[in-house]
Amino acid sequence: MPFSTEMTLAWLIAGITLYIPANLLPVMHTSGLLGDADSTILGGILEFWRSGDWDIALLIFIASVAVPFTKFIAIGLLLLTVRKNSGWQQHQRTVLYRIVEFIGYWSMLDVIVVALTAALMQFQVLGSAEPRAGIAFFCAVVVVTMLSALCFEPRLIWDRPA
Amino acid sequence: MSAASTPPPEEDLPTPLVQNRRWMPRLVWVVPIAAAVIGISLLIKNWENAGPQITISFLSGEGVQVGKTLVKYRDVTVGRVSAVSLSADHETVLISADLSRDAAGLLNADTQFWIVRPRIGVGSVSGLDTLLSGAYIGMKSGAAARRERQFVGLENPPALSHGPRGRELELHAARAGSLAIGAPVYFRQFQVGRVIDENLLPDGKARVTAFVEAPYDGFVKPVTRFWNASGIDVKLGADGLKVQTESLAALLAGGIAFDDGPMDAAPAAAGIPGQFNLYKNETEAMAPPDGEPHYVRMRFAQALRGLEEGAPVEFVGVNIGSVIAVDLGYERRDKSFPVVVTAKLYPRRMGAAYEVLTAQGKTESDDTLAAFVGTLVDRGLRAQPRSASLLTGKLYIALDFVRASPRTAFDASIRPLELPTVNGTFQELEASIGRLVKKVNDLPLEQIAADLHTDLTDLHETLSELHARVLPSAVDTLSALHTTLDSAGRTLDVESPLQRGLTEALLEARGTLQAVRELADDLDRHPDALLRGRRPQKMPHRPAPLTSDAKP
Repeated sequence: MPFSTEMTLAWLIAGITLYIPANLLPVMHTSGLLGDADSTILGGILEFWRSGDWDIALLIFIASVAVPFTKFIAIGLLLLTVRKNSGWQQHQRTVLYRIVEFIGYWSMLDVIVVALTAALMQFQVLGSAEPRAGIAFFCAVVVVTMLSALCFEPRLIWDRPA
Repeated sequence: MSAASTPPPEEDLPTPLVQNRRWMPRLVWVVPIAAAVIGISLLIKNWENAGPQITISFLSGEGVQVGKTLVKYRDVTVGRVSAVSLSADHETVLISADLSRDAAGLLNADTQFWIVRPRIGVGSVSGLDTLLSGAYIGMKSGAAARRERQFVGLENPPALSHGPRGRELELHAARAGSLAIGAPVYFRQFQVGRVIDENLLPDGKARVTAFVEAPYDGFVKPVTRFWNASGIDVKLGADGLKVQTESLAALLAGGIAFDDGPMDAAPAAAGIPGQFNLYKNETEAMAPPDGEPHYVRMRFAQALRGLEEGAPVEFVGVNIGSVIAVDLGYERRDKSFPVVVTAKLYPRRMGAAYEVLTAQGKTESDDTLAAFVGTLVDRGLRAQPRSASLLTGKLYIALDFVRASPRTAFDASIRPLELPTVNGTFQELEASIGRLVKKVNDLPLEQIAADLHTDLTDLHETLSELHARVLPSAVDTLSALHTTLDSAGRTLDVESPLQRGLTEALLEARGTLQAVRELADDLDRHPDALLRGRRPQKMPHRPAPLTSDAKP
């Protein structure tokens, strides 16, 4: 695919840009007997961690923080090495690309959690949960980084000027 | 770049393709730019929305949580607590809160803040939502023009947080009774307001501030009377027992009721709009104004046990005053100890009679009134203690005209006026009861009892004799009677020979009687038969033509 690196870079920058509001804005608004609360992704992780649900906290952390960062760094690394026509660890980099492609959609876990919670928690008086803008940004981050990975041409890792 | 890997034999082939594809990567850059624009616009919007930050000082920060406690205006969230810290002198708690931008207009120099916690009183339950959600900070906007960012919070929520329209009234009372802040105010048993404040005035009186809500404040007129509606009013009247209370809440938390005063009543004494007297109860509130009291003194030459302070003084059955003191006096003349009763009288309570007297100028001054009392005394006006209730032994003073009373001197110049008295009738009653008791006492009860006892013993003996002797023979007689009746029954039975013989005898007697009747008939028709004997039977009088007529 021609201009692969340029497009990959463009999508990557868009993903990083969108990742900032996705973390700053609340992803979910819950209201119930115990009051109303807006929760952000990091706030939710901290809350789960503090209340002792470290497993859930870890899961959400991996899905919504570790995976996107891994992708950003991995794609960035791949782009950088391709641009430099580096011959360094070509096999490893190919594996890295496969991994990035594979883990891409796992980040959608967060989006699905919010969607499910919002759909299930509709007791009106007792409590309800509504998605907030943050989750849309997060969804966009996942899609954009997947597009970025798709645009990348793994062949370029091996294409070296003779 | 792909071109770089292949050797360049021809140069004209890829050129148009490259130009076409060139648009794609350019277009792709729109995505990060759009993302950046959205992000920046959000940031700007957020920054624009951020309102003022205020600091409120409270004595206690109980229930306030950073990031969770909300600031509410009319129950709408307008901000959130961002920090809680102690003041430099450690005396107060400083609560910082971020308010939304549109709440900035609510911040004046006299804006009030208070912490809302659940409050459960007898009359009302408020802030129940804070039980689960935690406390929040309530606010009430002021009217001042000056802007302010530092506030001193109220320790108690104001009674009226959102300034409903209505009227604030000041009520003065000798004592506040069991009124509490928030106690209801009733108009004809409808709750129309609340007590919002009460405090003690420097003169020791209680001042209760009540608030009557908007559509009902029109019921408060200058003639309106307020009274304390706390508790139950139990009245035992001629028409039975009456229990009255404004409401169960008033029973527990106290309350104030108001209504129009008597039609012809003068406006409330205070005369200042918004200031009213708070009466002890409805009866007192609705009573016509008493006016100035006049004091009188009475000397009674008898013990007045049961006469207490506050006992009524009645003039011809109308309550016109009350006893204020019962003292023991000493009469040097005859070394006696008269009971001196001081009472205050309200001539105004005489109603229509008072108006007539006023028209005649008798009530103009103390002296004219005293002179008028003098004429009444000449006509036989006397004070007399009377028993209000035989059961309780309570006394009251009756001012009545006693016709056959001896004339007494009346000095109209003595102050207080001294009214002549006569002794109470209750002592006469006591004496007659005493006589009755004495008579009963004098009865030879013991002898009567002894006689009765002897008589009863005799009766008992007689009865036992009767039982021992008469009863057995009576039993014998009865059984003999029974046997007799039995045999009589058997004799009279249908199947008995006697019965049968009797029947036959009767049949025979009938035949005989028939024969005698025939003989008598015969003799009647043929009296000669006695001499000639019976003639052979024929039918001489049966006429032949009858039979011959019948034949053809």
